[in-house]
Amino acid sequence: MIDLFWLIPLVPLVGVVINGLFAKRFIGSENFTGWLASGLMLIAFFIGAGAFLGLAELPPEQRHIEIELYDWIPAGLAHMNTADAGVESARFTIPFGFQLDPLSALMVLIITGVGFLIHVYAIGYMKHDPPDPGFYRFFTYLNLFASFMLILVLGNSYAMMFIGWEGVGLCSYLLIGYYYTKKSAGDAGKKAFVANRVGDAAFLLAMFATFFTFGTLDYDGVFAGAAQHYEVGAPLITMITLLWFIGATGKSAQIPLFVWLPDAMEGPTPVSALIHAATMVTAGVYMVVRSNVLYSLSPFTMTVVAVIGAATALMAATIAMVQNDIKRVLAYSTISQLGYMFLACGVGAYAVGVFHLMTHAFFKALLFMAAGSVMHALHGELDMWKMGNVRKYMPITHRTFMVGTLAIAGVPGLAGFFSKDEILWYAWSGPNGHPLLWAVGTLVAGLTAFYMMRMFLVTFYGESRMDPHVESHAHENPPMMTYPLIVLAILSVLGGYVGIPANLRIGPLATLHNNFDLMTWLEPVAGGHAGAGGGDQAEADTEEHAAIESVPLDDVGFARVAEVIPAEVALAPVLQDEEHAEDHTALEWTLMLISVAVALAGMGLAYVIYIGNPKMATTLQQRFSGLHRLLFNKYKVDELYDALFINRAKDLGVGLWAFDDGVVDGVVNGAASSTMQAADASTEFDERVVDGAVNGVGYTLWSGSGGLRALQTGFVQNYALIIVIGMVALLSAYFFGF
Amino acid sequence: MGTLGLEHYLLLSALLFGIGVIGVLVRRNVIMVLMCLELIFNAANINLVAVSRFRPDLAGQIFTIFTITVAAAEAAIGLGLVIALYRHVQTVNVDEIHVLRG
Repeated sequence: MIDLFWLIPLVPLVGVVINGLFAKRFIGSENFTGWLASGLMLIAFFIGAGAFLGLAELPPEQRHIEIELYDWIPAGLAHMNTADAGVESARFTIPFGFQLDPLSALMVLIITGVGFLIHVYAIGYMKHDPPDPGFYRFFTYLNLFASFMLILVLGNSYAMMFIGWEGVGLCSYLLIGYYYTKKSAGDAGKKAFVANRVGDAAFLLAMFATFFTFGTLDYDGVFAGAAQHYEVGAPLITMITLLWFIGATGKSAQIPLFVWLPDAMEGPTPVSALIHAATMVTAGVYMVVRSNVLYSLSPFTMTVVAVIGAATALMAATIAMVQNDIKRVLAYSTISQLGYMFLACGVGAYAVGVFHLMTHAFFKALLFMAAGSVMHALHGELDMWKMGNVRKYMPITHRTFMVGTLAIAGVPGLAGFFSKDEILWYAWSGPNGHPLLWAVGTLVAGLTAFYMMRMFLVTFYGESRMDPHVESHAHENPPMMTYPLIVLAILSVLGGYVGIPANLRIGPLATLHNNFDLMTWLEPVAGGHAGAGGGDQAEADTEEHAAIESVPLDDVGFARVAEVIPAEVALAPVLQDEEHAEDHTALEWTLMLISVAVALAGMGLAYVIYIGNPKMATTLQQRFSGLHRLLFNKYKVDELYDALFINRAKDLGVGLWAFDDGVVDGVVNGAASSTMQAADASTEFDERVVDGAVNGVGYTLWSGSGGLRALQTGFVQNYALIIVIGMVALLSAYFFGF
Repeated sequence: MGTLGLEHYLLLSALLFGIGVIGVLVRRNVIMVLMCLELIFNAANINLVAVSRFRPDLAGQIFTIFTITVAAAEAAIGLGLVIALYRHVQTVNVDEIHVLRG
C-alpha cells in the first residue's frame, strides 16, 4: 500500500474525467456523479490511511519515501550560485516526483478525510428543485481541487508544489464563481484570483532564487544545501523565505493579501468548507512547515511570520465580532485561525501549526457545513439577525454547531483547546516566542470565543426573527447532510487528543500521549521544536546544522541530495533537564488557565450581551458607534486597496488608453492618410505620365497610319488596276528599255 | 487576204486579253468579273494552242487541255465563293464589298 501512495492524487482525477466529460451527457444522474466523486475521495482516503499506517511501521528516520515518475522538465544547463564556488552551471531537471513523509501523510488524511465528508454533504447541499445544471461541473471542480491539493502536499519539490499551488488557486477561482450569473460571485472569483496572483508572483521569484542558490528545487536538495552552506541569518535565505511567505499570505489570506477570502464566501458553502477553511488556505502553512529548515535559518523572517500571523489573527477576530453574515463571520474566523497557525510557525513550533491546521480543519469544516445547513433550511438566508431560535427546527445542526463553537472557542477537552493552547504556550516559550505574542494570541482567543458564541446564540437561541414564510419551511436537512456534521463533530471533540500538552500528560492522557503524539510523529519533518521549549533551541539547531558532514558533490558540481535523509537535516529534539521541566510545567499551567479563563469570559460576555440582556447589544453599538463602524467596514481595507492599487491601475489604464487613442491611433491614422495621399499622387502620375505615354504612342501610330490606310481601299478592282498598271509598266520597261 | 498566220491568232488573243482586263477592271458584277477572268484565261489558251500549231510540238495543245480542266475547277470554286459571299452580304456588287478597307 505504501508504494502506491503516488496514486492518491490520481484517484480524484478519474472523477474529473468521468464527471467532467461524460456524466452529464451520457449518464445524467446526479446521484451517480455525487457518489462517484465521494467514493473516489474515500478510495484516496483508504490509500492514504494505508500509506500512513505503513509509514508508522517504519523507524522514524526512515519515514521518507520518494518516487519519481518521469522527468517533467528535462532542460539544459542553468546558472546557479553556490556559496563557495560562485556562479556555475547546473542541470535544470525537474522530475515529476512524489514524496511521502509524516507531514504529507497527515495532510493527505486531512484532505481526503474531511474532503470525503464534504463531498457527501455537497451531494445533499447541491440538490435543488429544479435540478442545477451545474451539478456535474461542481463535482468535477471539487475532485480536480482535491487532486491538485494532494499534488501540492505530496510533491517532492517546490516545482511540484507549484503545480498544486496554482491548480488549487484555479479551482478556488472556478468554485467561488460557481454561480457565475451572479455578478458578485464573478467579481469575488476574480478578486481571489488576482490577490492570489500577487502571492504567486512572489512564490515564483522564491523558486527562481532557490534554484539559483541551490541548483535544485527538490526539497531534500534545498534543505541539505541550506544546512550545509548557510549560517543562521544569511541574507539570501531571508530573502527567499520572505518571498515564500508573501506567497503564503496570498494563498492563506494573511495581511496584506487577505481581502479575497471574505468575498470567497460567494461560492457554495461546501466550497467554503473544503477550500476556504479546511484545506486550500492551509497550503501556506504547509509550505512554511515544509520549508522549516530554511525558515529556521532566518530569525528575521520568523519574526515577520509570527508578527503577521498575530496581527492577522487579531484584525480578523475584531472584524468577525460585528459581522452579521454567518459565512462572513466564519470567513474572518478562518483568517484569524490561519493567523494562529502562522504565529505558531513564526515562533518555531511548526508541528503545532500543523496540529492546529488539523483541528481547525475539523471544526471549521463542521462550522461551515452547519452554517450551510442552516442556510439551506432557511432559503439561503445568511443574516443571523433574521434567524433566532433555529434549534427548534434543526436539532442535529444545532448540536453539531455547538460542538464546533465550543471547539474553536477553546473549551477544555475539545480539539481547539489542545491546539490553541499549544500555540499560546509556544508563543510565550518557543524559540522566537515573546510574551507580547502570547498576549495577542490570548486576546484573540477571548475574541474568538466571543464572536463564535455571539453567532451561535443569535442564530440558534432567543426569539425567532425569521420571515414567517421562511420559518414555515424550516426543517432539519436529510441524513446525507447531517451525518458528515456528526462525524466532524466527533472529530472536533477527539481530534485534540493526538497532541496533549506536556503539563497534561498525566494518568490515561499520558498513555494516550505515549501511544501516538502528533508532534513526535511530525518530528522528522517539522523539527524538534515541539518537543521542547526555550530560546536556546535555535542555537542548538544551528550547531546541529553545523555538525552535518559535508554532502558529497557529484561531477556536475552540486550536492547529491538524494543520499541525505532529511531526518539528518531536520532538527533533533533537545533534551530538557528535569528542573527546567518543572518550571515550565508551572508556567504552562498558568498560561493554560489564563487562556481558558479568557475564552470562558468571552463566551460569558457574549451570553450576557446577546441572551441575558438583548438591549445591551444595541446600547453598546451606539456608544462605540465609531469603533463599530470601523470594524463593520472591515477597517476599510478594501477601500484602501481600491484607492491605492485598483484605482491607480484603472488610472494607468485610462492613461494608456489616452496614449493609445492619441499617439498610437494618431500614428496609425496619419500613416493611413499619408498613404492615401501618396496613392493619389501615384494615380495622378499613372493617369498622366504612364497612360499619356501609352496613348501617345497609340495616337502617333494612329494618325501616322492615316495616309497609308487610304491605300487599302478594299475595292478589288483598285487592286486589279494597280496590278495591270504595274504589269504594263514592267512590260514597257522590258520592251522599251527604260 | 492570205492564209491565217500566227500573228492573227496572237492578235485575237491580245484582243481577248484586253477585253478581259478591261472587263475585270470596270464591271461591277462579280459574276461578270469572273467571266472576264475566263476571257483572260482563254486568251492565254489561244496563245498556247496557236504557238503549238505553228511549231511542230503538241505539248502546248495538251497543256491547254489541262489548263481548261483547271479553269473549270477554278470557275466552280470562284462561283462557290460568290454564292457564299452573296449569302453573307446579300449583294454581288464589288463596289459594295469593301470590308478590307483600311
